[in-house]
Amino acid sequence: MEAVLFGITAVLALAGGVGVVAARQPVHSALALLLVLLSLAVDYLLLAAQFIAALQVIVYAGAIVVLFVFIIMLLHTRSGEGPRAGAGLPRAGAGVLCGLFGLALLALAAGVRETAPPPAPGFGTIQDVGRALFGRYLLPFEAASALLLIGMVGAVALGKRLRPAGDPSPGRPQAPPAGGPARAR
Amino acid sequence: MSVPAPYYLGLSAVLFTLGMAGVLVRRSALIVFMSVELMLNAVNLTLVTFARLRGAVDGQVLVFFVLVVAAVEVVIGLAIIVDIFRSRDTVDVDDVDLLRG
Repeated sequence: MEAVLFGITAVLALAGGVGVVAARQPVHSALALLLVLLSLAVDYLLLAAQFIAALQVIVYAGAIVVLFVFIIMLLHTRSGEGPRAGAGLPRAGAGVLCGLFGLALLALAAGVRETAPPPAPGFGTIQDVGRALFGRYLLPFEAASALLLIGMVGAVALGKRLRPAGDPSPGRPQAPPAGGPARAR
Repeated sequence: MSVPAPYYLGLSAVLFTLGMAGVLVRRSALIVFMSVELMLNAVNLTLVTFARLRGAVDGQVLVFFVLVVAAVEVVIGLAIIVDIFRSRDTVDVDDVDLLRG
């Protein structure tokens, strides 16, 4: 049962991963990412990490993917890629590099101890993780709250750029650069 | 744990590699960003697997912090992408070369 569930989620996660990288439209990438995140949430449940699985669905699938979709909606016309210009890393080179790296990671993974005894009752529940968070990890936890606040302020500051006084145009601050792609209407 | 740990780690390795390929090959900043999220998730899976193997909850706490950092990173990153789009009308990472010497 567990093995079947793992097989299904693994196949879905891999398909989603390929989808994120290969999809032509950003929206399809976002939906593939959602597939990966939900499959991984099931895997977390299999690994006795209930709290993390719930967080994965709420924070990642709920908040982050929605944010991505929202930004894709805002940028809409030009969130794709234009024809390739200039010298970059050739695709074949990137593929070989990634393949070698993945093989090295797989070789490392193959050497790991295979199984573990069943966990203590209550392992991975909110209580368990919460106890660790508010005990040994209290300082990092508080630092995380400060980080979230900084992120919030930063996002507002970036999103609400103050325009110089006397500039009546509420639109974009400057024209697109010469030679840049024209905006498709 | 009826599924051996190396399977989880292998899945994580492949996902990380896919994310890496996305960062290297794709040029839309949005998709590069999603690939980074893919890599973060692969690492999270590794952390949860080892937490289960060791029977210690510390790995899951670390995943919690990764989630927090990922949320902040996405908020700031997307704000920067929107800002670049407003001033330069593109989100192609090859077009944004203000720092090129």
